[in-house]
Formats: sequence, structure tokens, C-alpha cells
Amino acid sequence: MNRHLISAADLSLDDAVAILDTAEELARLAQRPIPKLPTLRGRTVVNLFYEDSTRTRISFEAAAKRLSADVINFSAKGSSVAKGESLKDTALTLQAMGADAVVIRHSASGAPHRLARWVRGSVVNAGDGTHEHPTQALLDAFTMRRRLGRLEGLRVSIVGDILHSRVARSNVWLLRTLGAQVTLVAPPTLLPVAVGGWPCSVSYDLSSVLPASDVVMMLRVQHERMSDAYFPSVREYRRRYGLDGDRMALLPDHAIVMHPGPMNRGIEIAAEVADSPRSTIVEQVTNGVSVRMAVLYLLLSGSREPDQPAVAGDRALVTAGGPTGTAGRSQVRVEVP
Amino acid sequence: MSAQSGSRRSAAPPARGRWLIRGARPLGEPPTDILIEGALITGMAASGRGGRELAAGGDVTMLDASDLIALPGLVDLHTHLREPGREDAETVASGTAAAALGGYTAVHAMANTEPVADTAGVVEQVWRLGRQAGYCDVCPVGAVTAGLDGSQLAELGAMADSAARVRVFSDDGRCVSDATLMRRALEYVKAFDGVIAQHAQEPRLTQGAQVNEGEMSARLGLAGWPAVAEEAIIARDCLLAAHVGSALHVCHVSTAGSVEIIRWAKSKGWRVTAEVTPHHLLLTDELTASYDPVFKVNPPLRTAADVAALRAGLADGTIDCVATDHAPHPAESKETEWSEAAFGMTGLETALRVVHEAMVSTGLLDWSSVANRMSVRPAAIGRLSDIAAEQGDMRHGCPVAAGSPANLVLYDPQPIRQVDPAAHASRSRNSPFAGLKLPGQVIATFLRGTPSVLDGRLAS
Repeated sequence: MNRHLISAADLSLDDAVAILDTAEELARLAQRPIPKLPTLRGRTVVNLFYEDSTRTRISFEAAAKRLSADVINFSAKGSSVAKGESLKDTALTLQAMGADAVVIRHSASGAPHRLARWVRGSVVNAGDGTHEHPTQALLDAFTMRRRLGRLEGLRVSIVGDILHSRVARSNVWLLRTLGAQVTLVAPPTLLPVAVGGWPCSVSYDLSSVLPASDVVMMLRVQHERMSDAYFPSVREYRRRYGLDGDRMALLPDHAIVMHPGPMNRGIEIAAEVADSPRSTIVEQVTNGVSVRMAVLYLLLSGSREPDQPAVAGDRALVTAGGPTGTAGRSQVRVEVP
Repeated sequence: MSAQSGSRRSAAPPARGRWLIRGARPLGEPPTDILIEGALITGMAASGRGGRELAAGGDVTMLDASDLIALPGLVDLHTHLREPGREDAETVASGTAAAALGGYTAVHAMANTEPVADTAGVVEQVWRLGRQAGYCDVCPVGAVTAGLDGSQLAELGAMADSAARVRVFSDDGRCVSDATLMRRALEYVKAFDGVIAQHAQEPRLTQGAQVNEGEMSARLGLAGWPAVAEEAIIARDCLLAAHVGSALHVCHVSTAGSVEIIRWAKSKGWRVTAEVTPHHLLLTDELTASYDPVFKVNPPLRTAADVAALRAGLADGTIDCVATDHAPHPAESKETEWSEAAFGMTGLETALRVVHEAMVSTGLLDWSSVANRMSVRPAAIGRLSDIAAEQGDMRHGCPVAAGSPANLVLYDPQPIRQVDPAAHASRSRNSPFAGLKLPGQVIATFLRGTPSVLDGRLAS
């Protein structure tokens, strides 16, 4: 694993499994009376959010705090240019403050790539435009593995606005790496024209893929897509691509229903589905904290001391043991002032 | 002989006078001595025989040009000089200095300045600034529509009749997307032998578009720029040009499909010409994976298959010429998120080297054809061969022969060096070729007998 987590496509199988296994240990830790580790004491994690996303920001904040990191929330809603300060100048400011990691959410695809050129700390992509959202894909995989016991060979159907979905992109790359079989389901207007080159299959017919799905992941559909003529009406979208109780009945008994949130109840997902026992939507939120803890732990708890510049590509993932198994080591590490 | 060799240096101060260029290879042909007197080439003779006689009469500056290729001064149909309005990015003086260093003796300055070059006053100002700088001729391109807003024709006739003698009109940066307006523009310029240079980009198909629509746009999550948005406009405009019997020039062709449409239009005998940029001949959209906006350009970088089709089209003459679309931008316009960054790349100082790499090293063009695609054809499209008849001294794209204006570039094809934008004369540094190893070096450029570049440096 390299120094940053920007794209799920950059994760090797070993990296991905290490994150999921570490998250599993950290999730067990969360059951303790005081669910807090000293691992990242003295480290600074900046949440740099150019888009409103309370749920993702809180999730990263909780993850960093449970690892005892100092957390700075930097909210810069709207485009950087509109706000007057460029992303580069903001990056240099954060650098000067000694950020060990910058968690960035931005409306522009590729903003984390740019940021990584300007800061010395680790960059974690918390969603960039219509590009990727790798920690969402990791928490989705974590949730699937917990519920269904495996990822290899799992049949996952991702339904909705694939074209504009960073969640779909990250899931396609990560699930490919983890050995699952992905089917994308959408009206043709909401699929990239080059989707044929992706490591997955494509269907325009939701009902036909449900009987052969272990997981069905519903994506939020944006109302403004309708005015851009991606589909004729919300009513027609719901009829063709919405998951209601009747459609849910087509799923195998063990199958689960996922949604990255926030949901449009009554559009892509019916209330009876969202609230059914198959639904993992609330678990996904819980799991998000564990997975983000694992990512921050693996990126930051390595060899580097605070305030020392990193060298590109210097960070090896700790694959043996984990935060709880190596608690003593963590203690020793943070003794360095 | 190396470019650094002191023998290339002329002892005499560089000034208009008599020059004997010894041993140059015109269009790659055997070594020849070329005598320049005043603004004209007055004599040529095979080296080793007639050179001494050519120089008879004394008081001549000798220039050792052995192993250098002599080409007619290059002509760019598509340059953004940014002045007036964006002098932080480029000025007429800095842009024409860059042009001279790239081997150009004439550049067409696009109209998207602030204010827009849509009146006789603005085009005359740009033309005069070019004269004052003196590095190369500046031929202003007039806007097709007032303010480039695509709704009303600019005063095309006034610009044509001005001192700048505008013949090429373009809303470049924007497409004249209204079919009726495009038709009228094509018709109207027939009165003064003008040509409409179209930036072919269907606006509705490219709203918010960032990169070529295909594998890369899908993976990168950047809004796709479909090839059809360019091809549909080109097809429409070819049909319009045929219908009204006028001249259409297609700017920066970037897709394989566009080449096919232009080939078809030319087969009909229609008056359609086209250009391709150096960057579209060498670079592909794979580079956008870095999200580094130095690779952000309009039209976008396309696929390797498109690059191959563009090279083939330039080789067989379907695409008439190479035009740089030199588009300087200050650092802050590029050191930002991809979607916030400005479109455009610098190109004047690297164009000949890129064409060498993409077309000559690959065996697709010889030096004679390079002269055709970078000087003869663009001069003809820009009406710089005809103006000459009346005005005398604005001729470009003429043969390297006695009687032609002494517009020449001497090019050393030997050295292979990394491109270093920091060393460029352009005010801007947004070269997509930075760090790339390219062949060749411009050693000298002559504009009407006066060197603008000597020894690879601007002549003072």
C-alpha cells in the first residue's frame, strides 16, 4: 500500500485484506468499555471537506479520535476558486500546520491526486467528484464479508447512476481485486459509454439480475439527472430501477440489500426494503468507523515520527498482527515524544 | 557540427544586409549556399562550387550552416498571443519571440482577447504591436461574431479593409454553433476572399466536458467529450461550405472520424482545409490519468487510434497543415483541480521538434513535406501568398529559391534534448512536453533578410 489512499484501484489484494482484517479487530475493540487506542497520539488528521457530507466527516472524525489523533475540521464549502484560496494554497497551509494525514472530500474528480503533490502527509480520498470513494467501497466489502462470510465469488449487483457514482467506481475496482463478480444495472444513459472495458457485466434489467445476486447495492439517484434527460421521470425510474418489496422477493433468501446513503426513500429504494432484515444500511454506517480507523492506522502508524517528512512510497502496510495484537508495540511507539 | 559551435556565430552584428548561408540543406536536399541581400534570397548554388562567386562583391556575413536543414519560415494559423487583456499570460512581443525561436516568421493571432478582436481598431492594434516587436509577422484573426457571443456577425468587412488586412475569421475557443449564422459568415467573406476557421465543438454535447469520452473519462470520473461533438459540426460545416461555395478551415482536428469526414469533403472538391496541433500528433488521453491540468486542452487529447489517424491524414494531405494552438496560461490557472483549470498548452517553441518526432522520425513526412505542412499550406490558407502581390513584403510560404522573400529557418536535426519550459521565451510555462526528450533545434530564423534568431537565441 502506498502512502496515500486515493483510488481503490491502487489496493492490492494483500492491502485490501489487511485493511478488512484490521477493521475486524478494531470493531471488536469497539465493544470494550473504553473503545479508544493510543496508537495515533500526537498525530494530526485534517478533515478537509469542500462538500457538505456530515456523515462521512463524522465517521472519519470518530475514527481518528478513537485512535487518539488530533483532529482538525476544515470546512471549505463550495469550490476552492469561488472561495478565493486555491487548493494548492490551502494544502501549503495544512502542510505548515504539520498535518500527518489529510482526509479530503471535494467536488472535483482528481482533487486528492493534486493535493498529494502539495502535502507531505498521507492523503485519504473521502470522495472526489464522480471519481472514487475508496473507504466507502472498503466498508461495503467489510459489511458483505461480515454478513455473508466471504467475498470471493460473491455476486454483487450495483444499481443506479453508475455514470456519476464514485461509490460504484470504487466498488468495481475493489470487488474485482477481492474476487467478487459485479453486475452494473442502470438505464444505458447512466452508464459510461466505455463501461464495456470494466471488469464487470452490465444489465439494463433489474428484475432479471436479482435472482442471481447475493448482494444488491442501490445507489442514490439525483433529481437533476431528470432535467438533463438521463431518464424521463422519477416515476418511470422507480418503476424500472427501484427496489420495492415485490422485486426484493426475487432475491435469494440469503441476499442482502445495501445503500451508501443518503437514501431517497420511495425512489430507488422502498421503505419496506430499507427497513427489512436484509438491509445493511445502518450496519454500513457502524462499519464505516472501523474501516476508516483501519485505514488511518495502517497509513499513519508506521515508521514515521511526527514532523518528519515522508519520502514518496515509503509506507509499507503492516500486514502481520494488528492494532490489538500489537498493542504493546503501539505503546512503545507513542513513547517517542 | 554542433549547435554550440562558435563557427555558427556571425562576427558581424546581425542586421539586414548581405548574408551567405553556407552548406544548408534546403528541404533536406544536398548542401547549398544561399545568398540573402536585403529582404530577398538573391542567389543559390550547390556548396563547394558557386559559393565564392555568390559572395563576390564583398561585405557579406558568412553563416556556416553545414548539416542544417533550411525551410521556408514557418507559418502558424493558430496562435493565442493574449494581448490585449491577458498580458500576464503572454504579450505580442513575448509570443512572437517564442514564435521566432520555434522557426516561425508569421503567426495568426486568435481573436479571443480582452477586448475581443472584433473591430478594425483591435486588429490594427495587434498588427501594429507585431510590427513593433519585429520578431515575426502578426496576422490578426478577426472574430466571426461580435464579442464571440455567437449571435451577431462582427464587422468582417471593416477588419478585412483595415491595415491588418484580415482574411481569416474565427470565434476560436467557441464554436459558431448556430447553423444559419455559420452559413451567413461563410457567404459574407466570399466578398474579400476570406475564410472561416471553425472551432468545431457542438456545445450541448460538451457541457462541462473535461476529457475525451471513452475509457479514460469513465475511469477518471471526468465528464466526457465525445468525438461526435467535433465530427457533427465538421460534417455540417463542410456541407454548408459546399452549399454556398465558400472556404471553410477546420481548426485543431482531433479525431479519426473528423479526418474521414474531411477526406470525403475534399474528394468532392469542396473548399475545405484543416489543421492539426503538434500535441494531438504526439500525446494521448492516457496522460490525463495524473489529473495534471497541463494536459487539459480543447479539444481534448484523444486515443492512440486517433493520433494514428491524424498522422496519416497529415501525411496524405487530408489535413493541410500543422497549427500550434499555442495557448499560454499563468501558473495559477494550471496549478489547481482539473475541472477548475484553464484549457490550453503552449506550443510555438516545440512545434517543429514535435513534428520531427511524430512525422519525420516515423517516416511519414520528409522535410519537403514538412515545409509544405508548416509553411506553404498555412500561408496559402491564411492568404499570405496573395497579399504579397499587392503589398510586396507580407509573402510567406514561398520556395527556398532566388527571388523569394528571405523568410527562412535553419534547423539542426541532430541534438536530442529534454524540453525545459523554464527556458522558453513565452511568458507561460504550460508545455505538455516538459521533460520529454525531443529531437532538433532551431538555429536561426530570418524574417525578410533580418535574423530574428541566431545561434538558437533571439537576435537582439
